[in-house]
Amino acid sequence: MSSPRDVVITGIGLVSSLGEGPDAHWQKLAQPGLQPVLEPARFAPYTVHPLPEIDWNLQIAKRGDQRQMETWQRLGTYAAGLALDDAGIKGNDELCTTMDMVVAAGGGERDEAVDAAILAASESRNDRDVLLNEKLTTELRPTLFLAQLSNLLAGNISIVHKVTGSSRTFMGEEGAGVAAVETAAARIRSGQSTHILVGGAFQTEHSDMLLGYELAGYLHRGPWKPVWQRQGAEGGGLVSGSGGAFLVLEQREHATSRGRKIYAELGPVVSGRARRSRGELDAEIAALLKQAALPNGKLLAMSGASGAHTATSAEKAALDANPAISARGFATLTGHMKEAQFPFAVALAALAVDRKAAYPVFDAATEKSFEGVPQTVLATAIGYHQFEGMALVNAA
Amino acid sequence: MANLRDHMGRPIVAVTGIGVVTSLGVGKADNWAALTSGKSGIHPITRFPVDHLNTRISGMVDFLDSSSKGASLLTYELAETAANEAVAESGLDSSDFGGPLFLASPPVELDWHDRFSLYNSDNKDAGAERLLRVARGLKELDIFETTQFGSIADRLADRFGTRGLPITLSTACASGATAIQLGVEAIRRGECDRALSIGADGSATAEALIRFSLLSALSTHNDIPEKASKPFSKDRDGFVLAEGSGALVLESLEAALARGASVLGILRGCGEKADDFHRTRSKPDGSPAIAAVRAALADAGLSEDEIDYVNAHGTSTPENDKMEHLSLSTVFGERIGSMPISSNKSMIGHTLSAAGAVEAAFSLMTMRESVIPPTINYDNPDPAIVLDVVPNKKRNAEVGTVLSNSFGFGGQNTCLVMAREPV
Repeated sequence: MSSPRDVVITGIGLVSSLGEGPDAHWQKLAQPGLQPVLEPARFAPYTVHPLPEIDWNLQIAKRGDQRQMETWQRLGTYAAGLALDDAGIKGNDELCTTMDMVVAAGGGERDEAVDAAILAASESRNDRDVLLNEKLTTELRPTLFLAQLSNLLAGNISIVHKVTGSSRTFMGEEGAGVAAVETAAARIRSGQSTHILVGGAFQTEHSDMLLGYELAGYLHRGPWKPVWQRQGAEGGGLVSGSGGAFLVLEQREHATSRGRKIYAELGPVVSGRARRSRGELDAEIAALLKQAALPNGKLLAMSGASGAHTATSAEKAALDANPAISARGFATLTGHMKEAQFPFAVALAALAVDRKAAYPVFDAATEKSFEGVPQTVLATAIGYHQFEGMALVNAA
Repeated sequence: MANLRDHMGRPIVAVTGIGVVTSLGVGKADNWAALTSGKSGIHPITRFPVDHLNTRISGMVDFLDSSSKGASLLTYELAETAANEAVAESGLDSSDFGGPLFLASPPVELDWHDRFSLYNSDNKDAGAERLLRVARGLKELDIFETTQFGSIADRLADRFGTRGLPITLSTACASGATAIQLGVEAIRRGECDRALSIGADGSATAEALIRFSLLSALSTHNDIPEKASKPFSKDRDGFVLAEGSGALVLESLEAALARGASVLGILRGCGEKADDFHRTRSKPDGSPAIAAVRAALADAGLSEDEIDYVNAHGTSTPENDKMEHLSLSTVFGERIGSMPISSNKSMIGHTLSAAGAVEAAFSLMTMRESVIPPTINYDNPDPAIVLDVVPNKKRNAEVGTVLSNSFGFGGQNTCLVMAREPV
């Protein structure tokens, strides 16, 4: 039963190691037995899913703008442009200037060469604070600060794509992506907004991005394995990937009045914060599944599981406990994209609903097939370290 | 019986608790006494050596336990201290708050002291490879936590018993105002009866200072630190980097009255508009800031004539103060010359992610105390900016409504309208 204030998805912008755009992703992911694109050498002993070849000019016309961004911001701005194009909003002044935006952001793409030189010098200096002043004042590029700053992904989307209704940046790993989608949906449902750009990006091919996981030993080492099969392997189980996912969420009435194609309806978005040190994660996942009010019958689930041992085994146990659920751990094929993970899960769920077909198994050893047309698809992101979220995506 | 719904039929949002920390001190009482006596918290930097630095002054908070322990721990302590004051004042349970948390805080990065200590704990290979190898051998999560963008909010959620997934946000120098806006919106949507909105920033590291210096954003008037921040003055030459925190307990007026809470003020309206002109400069016609002010007024259901006082963004940079004057004179017309408009930053510097929340706290106190804090260091007015900046000395005045501006890098413009009384 549709209502004018339903939240519908009218634009999808995706980039991952598999390629760019919803069509390319669907075509690849619909192939049984698709092999992931891996980069095992550059960051050994860690494997990453690298960015595909991207012609930045296609979404960021001015070279000057491209130069003002490090790769993460470029990637996000690019993926946002894909979503705006897909929704028929790009270049439409009226729609762009009234469009709201919530970006799930990380940041911190530092200058690795400058940092390495400072660290090397620190071995022979005791006055490290002075060393820092000396090097940073002379060697930092003045523009780097903004080119890696969290809220400047949104800032660049405003500059490049002219989205200026409002601009908010949420931070906090997968939870930021969950909160961004949840807040955007709530604003549309309550009539606070008619159309919102929401999403995030993650550029893992930078040592500080790997360090952000590895300071707690979360990264998988050694030969690559599918996301569900990393328990007991060397390392922490997480294989990261570069990518981005942006969605255009729109009030149904707004989308239909401008005659747009609707991929899917975004149903309940639920989120939580288990106090994992107190052992609350299993109960929290169960509570979210209950709160999402899963429909009767078999259900496809696009799981954002990262591979991190504790979180992934808890999620797997919860999904396995419901025989109606066929889960797809898409990080097997894309790697874990942190802030972009949940928007990516929602996007893949919307694609399946739109194409009226389930994805084949991504891991034949642990996933089970799904026959028939998925009317509703579950999207999940159980954070590798903290925060949890889920959404139901329904046929339009 | 008070009206519980606003002009658009939404729940009216009351403030029932206020907390603040700045370089002037901990808590409302100390801050207000200093602020209204025109005292500056700007002082020479002692936290790290200032060799090679062009700017050697700041408004750092140097008197907390975590002041020398890095941005993450200090930001947490600032947030916790302000929130504790706010929640205590509200009379709500300080370990079972029962509403959502919205935290404006700076982006996190691995602290240089940790980077140095990890690196020098080993001597095989070099650069990032060594750091990663050392990292995976760590037995404690302390350093890891400082690099996770959601960790400060996670700890605060534990500490105060807030409900659900906490939201950490950044809209640069508008962040504190955005945290309040998110709380207001959640209450208006009926998702909750109360919300805890905090802006906190303890990120004044050497690298942060250098980054802003390289953008030519900071004052270099090092010789007399307390005179360096001089919003709207002709010789203003940049902002003064500072730390602080502000926290508000927001509650639907209905819920606040039902439990007999003291209502400290009303959050009447929020407005925002992004700028697509440039990463650090505003559109020359000021249209985004103008639109943000107008959106806040419209959201509050007030006309231009109904704003008694403006708590300016007033950073003391040549660009901001000029653009803020242009925007305000466009919105308020001729009246702008006779409206009091002051900048707290003249005394506390620019607390970045915290600024919007700190200044909302001071705006509410301005109304409650009927005293407008001055813009200090206004010795050399900019002839191009004709404003009543409440120069140098506080002013006693009945203030029923306040507009508080926050503008940030990345085209962020957020404005709040607060009122002393419900409609």
